Amino acid sequence: MAQKVLMTGNEAIARGAWEAGVRFAAAYPGTPSTEILENLSTYKDIDAQWSPNEKVALEAAFGASVAGGRAFASMKHVGINVAADPLFTIAYSGSNAGLVIVTADEPGQHSSQNEQDNRNFARHAKMPMLEPADSQECKDMVKLAFDMSEEYDCPVLIRVTTRVCHSKSLVELCERVEKPIVPYVKNAKKYVDVPANARIRRVEVEKHMDALKVFSNETALNVVEDNGKKIGVITSGMCYHYAREVFENEANYLRIGFSFPLPMGKIAEFCKGLDKVYIIEENDEFIEDAVKMLGFGNIAYGKYAPDGSRFFHYCGELTSDVIRATVTGQAFKPVDFDRTKIVARPPALCAGCPHRGLFYELGKRKNVVVSGDIGCYTLAFAPPYNAMDFNCCMGASISSGNGAQKIFNKVEGNDKRVVSVLGDSTFFHSGITSLLDVVYNRGNNITVILDNRITGMTGHQQNPGTGYTAQGAETVVVDIEAIVKACGVKNIKVIDPNDLKAVKDAIDWALACEEASVIITKYPCVLKKFSNIDKAQYPNAFKSKCAVNTDKCIGCKACLKCGCPAISVVNKKAAIDPTMCVGCTVCKQICPVKAID
Amino acid sequence: MTKNILLVGVGGQGTILASKILSIGLANNGYDVKMSEIHGMSQRGGSVTSHIRYSEDKVYSPVVELGQADLIVAFEKMEALRYLDYLKPNGKIVVNDCEIPGTPITSGTCEYPQNILEELKAHADVTVFDANKEAEKLGNSKVANIILLGSLIGQMNLTNINWDALLEENVKPQFVEVNKKAIQVGIELAK
Repeated sequence: MAQKVLMTGNEAIARGAWEAGVRFAAAYPGTPSTEILENLSTYKDIDAQWSPNEKVALEAAFGASVAGGRAFASMKHVGINVAADPLFTIAYSGSNAGLVIVTADEPGQHSSQNEQDNRNFARHAKMPMLEPADSQECKDMVKLAFDMSEEYDCPVLIRVTTRVCHSKSLVELCERVEKPIVPYVKNAKKYVDVPANARIRRVEVEKHMDALKVFSNETALNVVEDNGKKIGVITSGMCYHYAREVFENEANYLRIGFSFPLPMGKIAEFCKGLDKVYIIEENDEFIEDAVKMLGFGNIAYGKYAPDGSRFFHYCGELTSDVIRATVTGQAFKPVDFDRTKIVARPPALCAGCPHRGLFYELGKRKNVVVSGDIGCYTLAFAPPYNAMDFNCCMGASISSGNGAQKIFNKVEGNDKRVVSVLGDSTFFHSGITSLLDVVYNRGNNITVILDNRITGMTGHQQNPGTGYTAQGAETVVVDIEAIVKACGVKNIKVIDPNDLKAVKDAIDWALACEEASVIITKYPCVLKKFSNIDKAQYPNAFKSKCAVNTDKCIGCKACLKCGCPAISVVNKKAAIDPTMCVGCTVCKQICPVKAID
Repeated sequence: MTKNILLVGVGGQGTILASKILSIGLANNGYDVKMSEIHGMSQRGGSVTSHIRYSEDKVYSPVVELGQADLIVAFEKMEALRYLDYLKPNGKIVVNDCEIPGTPITSGTCEYPQNILEELKAHADVTVFDANKEAEKLGNSKVANIILLGSLIGQMNLTNINWDALLEENVKPQFVEVNKKAIQVGIELAK
């Protein structure tokens, strides 16, 4: 018997890609997709890389496919937005060797800024889509997607959700099938997307999508479970499992694994003769619209009931308890207790986080507007710093900051200055073009690049500034200061963010600059596993501890304003948890009576 | 019958390792197992949960429904209260007698809630002990999570599974012995 092991969906996707003979994989980290490439990078037969952003990752995978190696790209749902440009045209060019793209969506927004439903991208970009529901299906469907990509000459999209990515279930392992590199034959008519060629490819896309419509109705990926009932459930992905817990054998199921193009014939056949059909899908009315289009709106209960009223909740996860409450009107009753006692536990910048010093100082400034970005430092919006005014997406801190500063500059007597803050990985991702926008267009906002020497938020992935690749090979350390200089910025300072005086002076200096300026705060993330480069550059980092001298402490709580989770108040005096403190000394520099050593 | 377990705690307490060992142990012994974690911000002091569902038959959803947990193992007191909604009527709770104040408490905005244990005991069969202290008695404060796992094993009558072998596979060699002891301490404390 083949070996069965517990795997997360992400591990199983990586395993499936490896078993399918993938040669090249690229991604940019983003929850809940990050572990896919992390796992791929452990396979020696695969060239797995962190790209600076999702667009680059997909373009790299496309090139690998054209050159004849099975290729793969994965990203979180908003990453597909970044990669949308190549996505739509690759759908026309098709693949040489198989090309598979994973989008990891986030119903419930556990770690994301929106809840977009990327099933819409399959329809929009005209490419087939698969939706696995557990880890075994993740592995199987990735393999199938590669075969399908080659058979139909198109990239294939796989849509997973947080609960598929981060849940474990049993998977039967297989061996890798070595796929020889497909010989490269120059084919400009297919791969050069000038209008004359693209118009021809446009027709080809419709042809293979028509063929896939037939496939969708025939494939066992779209399967009916007939329990002889008058109630039906149409569902896809993880929602099948949620629904199965509620309806058990008391409903017929149409379980959709191949969800674009939808199996319209099978849906119509399934709905015939039913009294009621529940469409259980997270986010948008993707299947529901099809059911209604086929004329079954009078028995369909999805996001809307037949009378047009709201039915299943339009946002968040449709877990079993949510479905049960909506369908039966009563979920299992939790115990009744006093919930007012529960205090929230919001995430906080870690003890020793090198972002602390900057936000402590920025939070004190009255005349600055902080334009934020995507990373741990987004937490600076919260107390005690309250040091962020707006943010939007990767790289937007600088460009939005530029636009905001231009308007503030038009207001008579206004002295507001915009400070844009973003991390090293975010700067590489899409901050560089934004900085060019500022310099080229004579902007004067202040940019702070929080260079903590790693991609922190997603759990420490290498990036162009760290000196190592995803697979651990030593590589060039890209110099952020040199990039900033090359963009045309004349005013640049590199500082140690744990030195509060240096931080304060740098902010004062930048505020006094009439042109654009950039401050680079350079210090490694406290959670980072130090590389040899870090050990050489920061030999004493995080090796000491601070402690409160209770005789000197006057209990003024000034130190609490740095928001360090290691500091609390015990018996009206400050106390530092020695198990958490790493000796960054930010609190020591804040203390007005020098009670911290 | 599907059994539903929730492990709850604060980032860094080792809930993820405990749930990993538990789910592998269950899978190796023929149960169908599903496990789901939400750990997005866990390294930054956030609350962490692992859902584990197992059965001799097929398990569908990896997520425990509200009001359906047979057992909640809370690595921190207030976390037990936060997830009490998940407990079945007459369900059990194992709670580590340990307080980790979040930033609203350390910053002085809120107080750490009083009488949590009394509140829990009003609704459930509660086993309380200080796993951190028990771990220190074994000479390694880091095995508190495995003591709590041991208590779970005792509560769910899973002592027939060979946990020692699993520890040998999943823990660094120099820590295997202390972890084996930790499991036994937990099982004893569950009695």
